[in-house]
Amino acid sequence: MRFRIDIRRKEGLSDPEGLTTLTALQNLGYSAVTDTHFGRTIYLDMDGDDAAAASEEVESMCRRLLANPVIEDFDIEVVG
Amino acid sequence: MSMIATDSGAEPAHRQLGMTDDEYQSVIEILGREPRPAELAMYSVMWSEHCSYKSSRMHLGRFPTEAPWVVVGPGENAGVVDLGDGWLAALRIESHNHPSFVEPYQGAATGVGGILRDIFTMGARPIAVWDPLRFGELDDAHNRYLLNGVVSGIAGYGNAVGVPTLGGEVEFADRYSANPLVNVMALGLLKREQLVLSAASGVGNIAILLGAATGRDGIGGASILASASFDETSGAKRPSVQVGDPFEEKKLIEACLELYERGLVVGIQDLGAAGISCATSECAANGGMGMDVDLDSVTLREKGMTAGEILMSESQERMLAIVEPEVVAEVIAIAKKWEVHANVIGTVTEGGALRIRQHGELVAELPAASLSDDAPKYDRPSARPANLDDLWAAGLESAPAGEVGDVLLALLDDPALADKSWIYQQYDHQLFLNTVVEPGHDGSLLRIKGTEKGLAVSTDGNGRRCYLDPRRGTSRLVMEAALNVAVAGTRPFAVVDNLNFGNPEKPEIMWQFIEAVEGMSQACEQLGIPVIGGNVSFYNESNGVDIYPSPVVGMLGFADPMPSAPPRLDRAADGMEIWLLGPRDDTDFAASAYARVILGRLDGRPAPADPELGPQVIATATELAHSLPVLHDLSAGGLGVALAEIAIAGGLGCTVRDVGWSELWSEGPHRFLALCEPGAMPEVEVPAVRIGEMGGDQLDFGEHGSVPLADAARVWRDALPRRMA
Amino acid sequence: MNVAVVVFPGTNCEHDVKHALGLLDIKSELVFHLETDLSAFDGVVLPGGFAHGDYLRTGAIARFSPVMDSVAALAQAGAPVLGICNGFQVLCEAGLLPGALVANRDLSFICKPIHVRVESATSVLTAATEPGAVLRIPLNSYEGNYVADPATLDELEANGQVLLRYCDEAGNPTEPANPNGSERNIAGVANAAGNVAGLMPHPERAVETILGSTDGLGLMRSMATFLELAGATP
Repeated sequence: MRFRIDIRRKEGLSDPEGLTTLTALQNLGYSAVTDTHFGRTIYLDMDGDDAAAASEEVESMCRRLLANPVIEDFDIEVVG
Repeated sequence: MSMIATDSGAEPAHRQLGMTDDEYQSVIEILGREPRPAELAMYSVMWSEHCSYKSSRMHLGRFPTEAPWVVVGPGENAGVVDLGDGWLAALRIESHNHPSFVEPYQGAATGVGGILRDIFTMGARPIAVWDPLRFGELDDAHNRYLLNGVVSGIAGYGNAVGVPTLGGEVEFADRYSANPLVNVMALGLLKREQLVLSAASGVGNIAILLGAATGRDGIGGASILASASFDETSGAKRPSVQVGDPFEEKKLIEACLELYERGLVVGIQDLGAAGISCATSECAANGGMGMDVDLDSVTLREKGMTAGEILMSESQERMLAIVEPEVVAEVIAIAKKWEVHANVIGTVTEGGALRIRQHGELVAELPAASLSDDAPKYDRPSARPANLDDLWAAGLESAPAGEVGDVLLALLDDPALADKSWIYQQYDHQLFLNTVVEPGHDGSLLRIKGTEKGLAVSTDGNGRRCYLDPRRGTSRLVMEAALNVAVAGTRPFAVVDNLNFGNPEKPEIMWQFIEAVEGMSQACEQLGIPVIGGNVSFYNESNGVDIYPSPVVGMLGFADPMPSAPPRLDRAADGMEIWLLGPRDDTDFAASAYARVILGRLDGRPAPADPELGPQVIATATELAHSLPVLHDLSAGGLGVALAEIAIAGGLGCTVRDVGWSELWSEGPHRFLALCEPGAMPEVEVPAVRIGEMGGDQLDFGEHGSVPLADAARVWRDALPRRMA
Repeated sequence: MNVAVVVFPGTNCEHDVKHALGLLDIKSELVFHLETDLSAFDGVVLPGGFAHGDYLRTGAIARFSPVMDSVAALAQAGAPVLGICNGFQVLCEAGLLPGALVANRDLSFICKPIHVRVESATSVLTAATEPGAVLRIPLNSYEGNYVADPATLDELEANGQVLLRYCDEAGNPTEPANPNGSERNIAGVANAAGNVAGLMPHPERAVETILGSTDGLGLMRSMATFLELAGATP
């Protein structure tokens, strides 16, 4: 099973990288852009076929290691 | 803990904001009415322990703060001293303990950002940062995570903002596991005509908010968080974490320095704890003025923020500049050049009232000075801890016999004593080409280009020694820090302090605090140096356990001229004589590394600082630094570890004679080692004895045996990387 | 000669570069990144720092700064263009130098003196040095790990475009002497003409005895030497 994990700054927290990139895009003339948010994507391959159990395990991995729950939110999706 | 509930069962708003009923009554008396929500928010933050120093203020007056070279003493954003020829230095220390426990990277990063703003608020360019750190023992994975996160945060922010980090110090003890201490100190340099203060003078002058947009970061964060203890429910109390942006800060530094250079700023204040509330009220109060502020002009990062939230937001990288109306356009143009937001948000008014509007409505109207001047002041009860007598009686007076190799290698493997390059090699410590003596020495030494002036800096703390005797422990910290800047060739010049303590509502903690203030004051008086600033961090307790009392001293040393070839640890050469200067000592094992690492004990009463000999030894070191290649202060691990450090740095063994077993490890104050060419030791006025010479590939301790230098070096270098791998 | 020292928002080594050039009596001026005309200058240095915060990718935003068109024009015309640390990263992003710089092998920032060996002494960075010379110079970077595809690396080697290699004190380019994992221990490279060069270590930090080393002086002087050798007016 392949999982896709999207990790991004919690809403409302400052995202310096996003803001700087937004300015750069606007300076290049892309004036329609109103916001830029950065995140990370992790692909994870797992053994077994119990999707529910695996999802739970992936969520645990996210909470403990892959994401920093203090400043980041994450979404988990089975992609294959 | 039981809670007094209102009829409806809900806590009244002021208590939810951490304000006592008595404090709330004072607010009603000041205003002559019940406060509006935004006003209550402002008083609650400004009167918090963190912002108001309400438990400590009455004791801090004890510090000696005057000297002819003090330009700005405690109370402004940073202390400023005169270096002659128009040069001034600005120094400031702060703690970021609680935020760093919640999120170590961002907590440490925003600590660096905050301290830098305190420095460039004074008109100075920040030129260096130091970080005194305290964590739990590294055998615990969470403590390693915290150390790693904090060091990465300091490096990530400090390197990117373009201010070198010249070191600091680190201690490990279980007491810090749930409450690490992250202190940060910064030094700035400026010419006298650039000095700016935070007073908003001139009716009709304009307040401009510069820098980052305002979001819900740390609403009441630093202040509320640092004014209460951690317990199991802390999770719910956590404010949203402040995220630092070193790039925004770098632009803000350059923009502000350009504003000062062009003489466009009347007064300026950074936005730290309590954000706009604090900056507007302090600017107005310091100038004896009032201010009208329009919150609709503040650039917000989030929609729907209330007035209280905007006023209390602790979003980073913001400054409030007071400028004359004619130059507003020029100020905004300079900000634009540096890609820094600039918004006119207020006007200086007559009378002293701070009036704040949102959506055309008055949301706050209060006497600006009342937020600081009328803050509560508490004379909290103090009591000497009952266990001190037993602790003092139990102390060691000598070191039990042992194998020299086992003892030395165990000490060198201790992470507090071992090589710290794992930490400081992650910090840019060379930028600006001022660094003459880099981290890894007793004190770092900076030159001031274009002059012969030099500044040495050392930060020192010793929580265990202060636990055993806070007064003696703290005065010895001052003496040790002074000796550290002296062996770099400077004389002690000024002190800043970061007083990290537990819960001040406990009488024993208050006693520790008062004793530490007394110890620091006495030592500064004995050395004839002023305290020019400081910070108090209370409530460093977790689940009822308080940290060791951990005052941290930041010492600035000054030399003009500085030594042309200042002493370094790595300048030992074959045949050089090794001299021990200062009093002979073999009985001071209270809070020694030997007692802790070898015997696993913490007891006894530390020896006091010597008010006469201490300053003499320091003056001697300052003088010798102009001619000798290697000087090294004896501290943790005593003579044995100090010798090993010189030998490892020089890649050269040594032989010592006639040093007793206990003298190798005792940690009595006011002692240092000096190396010189044969027969070249100058006459000195303090006790001095030749104890050996450099050479060979062994650390040869005579009758006590020897240790291969290569083994010592390997253990000392591997201690931190091995644990952090 | 007169050198433009370019300042992007986030650049922080500009004053140090100017100081080092001053010690060598090479005239220089700080030029803000919004400047579009560098025709008054004989050469350019892109100093170290964190241009535009190093956000997105190091150097990625800086390469679009207004000043970069005229930097490219000077490079095209054969004038000396030198990138130090972050400046090297910008030149790679801009396509003025081959390869790229990625995160250090150990994923931590490294600030310490390292040794490099001069591999080719015909460039704008090395014209005043001797081939084989071992120099002790501070390194100060997180993204200092030089990468390029094998064909490019072979071509660089063949053309003498590899200027500096990390080595031990004796000059051997060993694996332990490679601080950041750079391909083939490469610390600095040039374009084919030798007038555009970049390096990760900071030669401007090794220009005075009191700072611990003077080994950077030759590298900092090489722009002028390169121009003299090329017969241009110094």
